[in-house]
Amino acid sequence: MHFVVCVKQVPDSSEVRVDPETNTLIREGVPSIINPYDAHAVEEAVRLKEKYGGKVTVISMGPPQAEEVIRKSIQFGADEGILLSDRKFAGSDTLATSYVLTQGIKKLAEREPFDLIFCGKQAIDGDTAQVGPGIAARLKIPQLTYVLNIEEINVEEKTIKLHRKLEGMREVISAKLPALLTVVQDLNELRYAPLPNMIRAARYRPQVWTTENIEVEDDKIGLNGSPTAVRKIFAPPEREGGEIIPGGQENPEETARKLVERLLKEEIIADK
Amino acid sequence: MAVKVIKKNCIGCGLCVQTCPFEALQLVEGIVEVDPDKCTNCGDCVEVCPASALELNEPPEKMSDNEVKEVEKREKIVKKIKRELEDYRGVWVFLEQFRGEIAPVSFELLGEGRKLADNLQTKLCGVLLGSGVEKLAEQALWYGADKVYLMDDPVLKDYRTETYAAGLVRLSQKYKPEIILMGATTMGRDLSGAVATELETGLTADCTELSIDESSGYLFQTRPAFGGNIMATIVCRHHRPQMATVRPRVMAMPEKDTGRTGEVVKENLGITEENVLVKVVDVIKEKKAATYLDKAEIIVAGGKGVGNKENFKILKELADLLGGTIGASRAAVEAGWIGQEYQVGQTGVTVRPKVYFAFGISGAIQHLVGMQTSDVIVAVNTAPDAPIFKVATYGIVGDLLQVVPAMTKAFKEKMGV
Amino acid sequence: MSEKYDVIVVGAGPAGVTTAYLTAKAGLKTILFERGDHPGAKNVMGGVLYRKPTEDVIANFWKEAPLERHVIEQNLWILDKNSVVKAGYRTKAQDQEPYNAFTVFRSRFDRWFAQKAVEAGALLITETVVEDLIWDNHFVVGVKTGRPQGDVYGSVVVLAEGVNSMLTQKAGLQKDGLNTAQLAVAVKEVIALDKEKIESRFNLEEGQGATIELVGDATMGMMGTAFIYTNTDSLSVGVGALLSQVVRQKINPNELLEHLKNHPIVRPLLEGGETKEYLGHLIPEGGYNAIPKVYTNGVVVVGDAAQFVNGIHREGSNMAMISGKLAAETIIDAHKIGEFDERALSHYQKKLSNSFIIKDLKKYQNASGFFETNDHIFSLYPSLLNKAAEEFTTVDNVPKREKQRRIMELVTSERSKLEILRDIYRGWRVMG
Repeated sequence: MHFVVCVKQVPDSSEVRVDPETNTLIREGVPSIINPYDAHAVEEAVRLKEKYGGKVTVISMGPPQAEEVIRKSIQFGADEGILLSDRKFAGSDTLATSYVLTQGIKKLAEREPFDLIFCGKQAIDGDTAQVGPGIAARLKIPQLTYVLNIEEINVEEKTIKLHRKLEGMREVISAKLPALLTVVQDLNELRYAPLPNMIRAARYRPQVWTTENIEVEDDKIGLNGSPTAVRKIFAPPEREGGEIIPGGQENPEETARKLVERLLKEEIIADK
Repeated sequence: MAVKVIKKNCIGCGLCVQTCPFEALQLVEGIVEVDPDKCTNCGDCVEVCPASALELNEPPEKMSDNEVKEVEKREKIVKKIKRELEDYRGVWVFLEQFRGEIAPVSFELLGEGRKLADNLQTKLCGVLLGSGVEKLAEQALWYGADKVYLMDDPVLKDYRTETYAAGLVRLSQKYKPEIILMGATTMGRDLSGAVATELETGLTADCTELSIDESSGYLFQTRPAFGGNIMATIVCRHHRPQMATVRPRVMAMPEKDTGRTGEVVKENLGITEENVLVKVVDVIKEKKAATYLDKAEIIVAGGKGVGNKENFKILKELADLLGGTIGASRAAVEAGWIGQEYQVGQTGVTVRPKVYFAFGISGAIQHLVGMQTSDVIVAVNTAPDAPIFKVATYGIVGDLLQVVPAMTKAFKEKMGV
Repeated sequence: MSEKYDVIVVGAGPAGVTTAYLTAKAGLKTILFERGDHPGAKNVMGGVLYRKPTEDVIANFWKEAPLERHVIEQNLWILDKNSVVKAGYRTKAQDQEPYNAFTVFRSRFDRWFAQKAVEAGALLITETVVEDLIWDNHFVVGVKTGRPQGDVYGSVVVLAEGVNSMLTQKAGLQKDGLNTAQLAVAVKEVIALDKEKIESRFNLEEGQGATIELVGDATMGMMGTAFIYTNTDSLSVGVGALLSQVVRQKINPNELLEHLKNHPIVRPLLEGGETKEYLGHLIPEGGYNAIPKVYTNGVVVVGDAAQFVNGIHREGSNMAMISGKLAAETIIDAHKIGEFDERALSHYQKKLSNSFIIKDLKKYQNASGFFETNDHIFSLYPSLLNKAAEEFTTVDNVPKREKQRRIMELVTSERSKLEILRDIYRGWRVMG
């Protein structure tokens, strides 16, 4: 089995802010991490490799420093990593990104055909959940999103049985391989990487593929290949603050009573 | 003659690059650069720049005949693209149904879509796919649609990306809608990514606001990014349809008018079951509160200030009295006091109840984005400067362990329970 | 675990990276462990990097390292409640290559520096804690990390673990744990401020930097110093005081820093700035007397772990780098003969004794103790000096002779002439 995992380097979202004066992103000092959902995708691929045998290859698109997420994946137990990096890719939206990744995966498949492609359910910087489906659509393979459990892979018949997480329910699916899966965090728990993996990762130099190495059309990548554009960014609007009912510390009982009277009087809570 | 770049203002958003009809702009290391040979000083980029980083130079001096020709040629190409875009008309809403029931978010989107369609002076259409779902079509009309496109086929009984995407792509290619809206539900997000890729168009996920730009007629799609720390307005200029998903309960539910009627257009899918690679084996209901949380009219939510697992009982008592549901902030969930299915916020459920009680929740932005559209917010917190008070309709600065039991007691007395 | 390394370095601070860089460069198979996410993640050094010791390791480093400003002016401010006596030195000579010193962000610089070691061939393993040493017949032959399959073997282990020198203790080199009198606590803030404002307030041009060391009221009279360093578009502001005094006077280190920032003389320099980062750290200040044995069979100790910090001159990172360098030289020699026992590694001790490190630390060996037991030097004298200056600078028709008399009166009212003489004599003994 050949498992391919798409990973993305993202800024640690809890630390990104907008400068209210210039409306620009303050990225200064914000650490980069592997997208947390992608980490679970790598973990799952490695577990499946341990169970069914085979190989795990991670692929990422990003600037040269995105090498770090490939090395992180090697720590988790991936065998190999490829970084798609070219200045022409900069400014790609989800459509262009899925195109570049697809072209990278196709090139990879020339060498070693894949059985399963994994993605995180979404990236925490954009939260779009579009690149995974985009790759599946382009490769014309089944797309199975929000996977929370892989029950079984039939290596002989090339089929997979898995559970998808839907609103308030889970769906049991069987599908033909190759297929693309996007995964949720509940799927597995990340294991603490053993030292030999850490050493291997520290030594690892991923292959870097540019527009020279993969076949891409110029008008499908970067800004030219991106139908969407950011018109503006701004700090989230604040809802108008309301009324503070005084006395909460000195006389909580009486203050609570006042609040309840207001809620009932203004019919916010119906008096049954 | 070329436009001038004010480098210190440039935020590298690339909007001008996409706008430029002459491909005269490009981003070099995050800053826009002008190719003076291509730039005609037309000013399109200056207009769109959100950061005032571009400036028109003095009006161009006389151009050579060749230059004039070149400009005219390029303008023609731009006009052609714009004409092609004009072929796309109508606002579509994908009607998400599960086992014969339309998801409420679809009605919410019909309400929003109605406004957009009126603004564009075009039709609002519902798109309904499924098996034996014809009778559902009229509901879309009740909630504001002028027309419903219907694909009714046994192959469409269960939702599968493969078949639904094929159906929607087929309809879209035939009828060329200007805008397609879907709920940002599991199904909507699964489907929209596949469809947008097939149609090679732009898609904006999780929009919280949609509007039509007066001057250009483009759909302005505003959404939170970076965990809700910032908001971004996205446009899709040269591709159609413009696709967006919106989370449930972000838009208001429109009034139902059962007297409304309209046209139902039937289309065939043209896929047989043997050719479908994915089968749904089973659907298992999960008995978890999240099912109810997003439908709850009253939510009593607790955060870090609740202090421990045991104290959630105090909240539960109030919730039970008012017929509400328990919710929680990420801090309370991460502390292990309550299950993840109760989590409200960016990484949990988005809720829009009539009343949201926030007890001991400080109001981190990631929580606020999941509940700030609630009709009324009541907050109790010990810290007077907690951000939750900025969104609260009513607030009490105090200890929830004292205030909440007192509230429960007062409600009991007043309601005569 | 068949793989064996020539050198195992524990800790990717200035000392450890220096050793790793030099041994890797010499072709020795080197592995470098860091517990943080990245080198520098746990470092809070005040922010001045001296050119000379760094250059001894990497020539012309200033051409590519991430530096903030080159220092052309160094000041000493003796603060009282609302006045200051200043001394300073500014020179054009330090305004050109090769420069004398730089302000830096340690986290950025360390990252760059560690990258240099990696480029030289060292293997950097982050997010990994070294928990114990592996012994074989009184010989350290490797380390145990906290990871599964986490044992690593090597010819020599370099302990550059910093102030919490747990492994140094486990190696039996440091007999008793640290006592609080040997530790200083330092707190630091990075305050963002417009470049233009920094340059006008500190009288600088682009790229130029200034440092201010502050004593007296800056530390609320405790033994310690405070500092303000100019970065490109921020200021590093910090206070350090002996942990024992902080504990005794029940002052939270953070309060100490707030006190400094709100001092009427200091505040205008920081006006309009916004705090971006806050960090706290322990610094060993035990000096010469606290230095453990720095080598044993298969082990050498470098940097803070070996207590190589000069509390008086606020030097730590340069000693760290030089000790790292001397350790590397020793190891490279030992590697040639293939012996890493005590005898072979004792050359490290000899090199240290001949270097400025031991000489300086020896010179000041009694200083900390002296100042600690005579802490009026940090409270009384700054105040007296300021009062004297006030008398001297006030023009009020009082004859100069009368002024001198008043100043002497002022001084002797606080402390007898004999006591002052004793202070001066002792101070001279420990410092001179």
